[in-house]
Amino acid sequence: MDTANTPAVEPMPELELPRTNYLNAAYGPRSWLFTRDHKRIAILYLASVTAFFALGGFFALLIRLELLTPEGDLVGPDTYNKLFTMHGIVMVFFFLIPSIPAVLGNFLVPLMIGAKDLAFPKLNLASWYVYNLGAIFTLWSIIHGGVDTGWTFYTPFSTTYSNSYVVSAALGIFIAGFSSIMTGLNFIVTIHRLRAPGLTWFRLPLFLWSMYATSLIMVLGTPVIAITLLLVAAERVLHLGIFDPALGGDPVLYQHLFWFYSHPAVYIMILPAMGVTSELVAAFSRRAVVGYRVVAFASVAIAVLGFLVWGHHMFVAGESVYAATIFSVLSMLVAIPSAVKVFNWTATLYGGAISLETPMLYALGFIGLFTIGGLTGVMVATLGFDVHVHDTYFVVAHFHYIMVGGAIMGYMGGLHYWWPKISGRLYPVFLSRLAALLIFVGFNLTFFPQFILGYLGMPRRYWSYPPEFQVLNVLSTAGASVLGLGYLLPAAYFIWSMRYGKLSPANPWGAVGLEWDTDSPPPTHNFDVTPIVTRGPYDYGQQPALAPQEAPVG
Amino acid sequence: MRTQLPLFPQAASLNAHHVDLLTYVWLIVSGFFSLLIAGLILFYMVRYRRRSPGQVGVEQAAPLWLEIAWSAIPLAINLAMFGWGAKVYFDLYRPPANAVEYFAIGRQWMWKFQHPEGNREINQLHVPVGQAVKMTMTSEDVIHSFYVPAFRLKQDVLPGRYTTVWFRPDRPGTYHLFCAEYCGTEHSLMIGSVVVMEPTDYEAWLSGSRPGVSTVDSGAQLFQSLACVTCHAPAPGMPARAPRLEGLFGRAVKLADGRTVTADDNYIRESILSPAAKVTAGWEPIMPTFQGQVTEEQLVQLVAYVKSLAAPAGEAAGTGGAAGPAGARAATSPPATPRPR
Repeated sequence: MDTANTPAVEPMPELELPRTNYLNAAYGPRSWLFTRDHKRIAILYLASVTAFFALGGFFALLIRLELLTPEGDLVGPDTYNKLFTMHGIVMVFFFLIPSIPAVLGNFLVPLMIGAKDLAFPKLNLASWYVYNLGAIFTLWSIIHGGVDTGWTFYTPFSTTYSNSYVVSAALGIFIAGFSSIMTGLNFIVTIHRLRAPGLTWFRLPLFLWSMYATSLIMVLGTPVIAITLLLVAAERVLHLGIFDPALGGDPVLYQHLFWFYSHPAVYIMILPAMGVTSELVAAFSRRAVVGYRVVAFASVAIAVLGFLVWGHHMFVAGESVYAATIFSVLSMLVAIPSAVKVFNWTATLYGGAISLETPMLYALGFIGLFTIGGLTGVMVATLGFDVHVHDTYFVVAHFHYIMVGGAIMGYMGGLHYWWPKISGRLYPVFLSRLAALLIFVGFNLTFFPQFILGYLGMPRRYWSYPPEFQVLNVLSTAGASVLGLGYLLPAAYFIWSMRYGKLSPANPWGAVGLEWDTDSPPPTHNFDVTPIVTRGPYDYGQQPALAPQEAPVG
Repeated sequence: MRTQLPLFPQAASLNAHHVDLLTYVWLIVSGFFSLLIAGLILFYMVRYRRRSPGQVGVEQAAPLWLEIAWSAIPLAINLAMFGWGAKVYFDLYRPPANAVEYFAIGRQWMWKFQHPEGNREINQLHVPVGQAVKMTMTSEDVIHSFYVPAFRLKQDVLPGRYTTVWFRPDRPGTYHLFCAEYCGTEHSLMIGSVVVMEPTDYEAWLSGSRPGVSTVDSGAQLFQSLACVTCHAPAPGMPARAPRLEGLFGRAVKLADGRTVTADDNYIRESILSPAAKVTAGWEPIMPTFQGQVTEEQLVQLVAYVKSLAAPAGEAAGTGGAAGPAGARAATSPPATPRPR
């Protein structure tokens, strides 16, 4: 990183007439439904995951309304059980897991490495169709009455006792899993094979390191959940004794298989958000991320160690105390790379030229909320403490700090950062900052009281609860309404900006990175000339005043 | 609308105090690091704000000592807290020798409890203060979880096997009992209370509620009526067709396939339900299964009875032992395991 000269980086609006880009290159439904352009597929995914985010949010709204009073009065117990189950399934499998990889990753991986497209464009399109096929199965289950097993499908409840649409919902997740594998495979091959000349591994933006680590988990972990759900279906339909002790099975075996995927799945959600945060912190501090290699390897370390800690979901499930001890100590270790990342991001602010644009608000919010989510994560990894808070609202609060405070903050930050690149338009500054503030405040008001609720002993998945828990639940519901409003605003102004937003220059933030060296929106083949890379990422020292749109870096 | 706003739960057991102490320390550590990060972000945000549109940051790598410090310090803290947490956890699974065994059976959607004296309760468990109570638990259907927040204690209750946990209540009172593992429609109604009483009140309560046959004695009756006795404790002169069970509990058992297992609750349970699974070395696998013929309550009683059988040396002295007409004993006779008070 050269600090020899610090030329003025002037974000000059470049108001050329729009050229042919990926959005106006072709029109009509066919041009979208049969596209092989990674950028258009990213938009297709954006539409799909946004619809599921809205659906999952709707379920969350009903859950919070039910919990406004201690009595179960808004919906019946079966309906409530279906609501939290569908909320979990939709949010985890159909929003969080695909959100950053399939939307931002799809759009950015080729652009950031100077490639024309992903290695397998048809596979990429196929992954979107497979995702939607899985989604249709799941929607079918919802419309026919839903599933009431919890998103965790614990046996023998799911295989023997539940009277809901378990098999179709499980099949939906099974199918959607293949889209995850396809995306992961595509990213791994693309990052290995299609990097621009000169773009060595240690010149990759940190977002790509995290995408790479995420892809490894997707490819290696997803098959396990697929097999597990098939076994659930086999026991439910064919009565093979696998998990139900009445049939000779072992219910704890199910939990081992389920968490072997579903714990790494948390890293599928959080690693991409960490990658986004690295990009945002660098761009809005205008300096390189401190400890680039440490942060890069931390992503890989998290991906690997993440596969070895699943048993910490089972400390009170009847696993042996010795197994619990090993899983506890490994969970303590997996926290270290995450902690190191937080320290490195904070250190990156030191000496930076910090601008609090909307995406940066999300990034700073991410660091704060992820810190709380991470620290409470280490707390629940502590054996004696977990025995008390396991399966209570403490755990609910903890994983929402990671998945909403972390993963969705990262996703929103990334969307706001790259939206001018994706749409070619700018969005309203004031409204977007207001939305970021609402989301931050609403989020904390929703989930912080749940830490206290959990320590008081309120179990999760309770349709009614003892009256002394009401005040904290009311606070939580109030926060959820603010949070909901905060999410509606961006949906409104992003849609508005597509037509009415000001045209964006190629590089509205004055950031470095190959994606900012091409037009906004980029042409179908991304770069007119294949860029040649001669510098590391985040090289603000030698950045010429806003790279001209035509010129590749080099 | 209710306006109570409790911020910290009641603590009513030894373990609760251990967990709370762990929590306080974690809160201090977490609070320190959260405030440190938040404070630094806010400070840098203002101190290093961009002053002109073209300004770029100053490149400065973190010194090596700092990189090492912010990896090593969290690691050291985590490992220390791990060790402490593991200690608290291990204690939960090591009941003291004088712990009295209570049984819990979960089913959709109620808790059934059995006192060693034979008293039974539903959704309510009375225990004397100061007494170490060991819960041995199983489920008739799906997974449930025995959770008493005031004891900071939780243990999943599984179908098809026993799980155990223990506590020593130290404050009289009535405390929430929750099912903490989602178990279907009325999961949130599978709740009850644990009533901790002064020992004298407890004795009064015990004799006030309908006296039953003690768990061990009920097991002894079953041992006769299910004809276990014909093979496991034949009358003198008859050929032994199965191993005797006196002193079995806790002993290492050599199996026909060469393995050695410890005869714990789950082993006894399995041997009753699936006798062919673990056949004792030197015996023919002739025992029929009792799967479907005994309820979970009866299983608990049988297991308690087998556990109560003293080693053969002491057999001659007492009325215990498999062959004795245990069912004829008075319902109020003390259980085979002496109950310290």
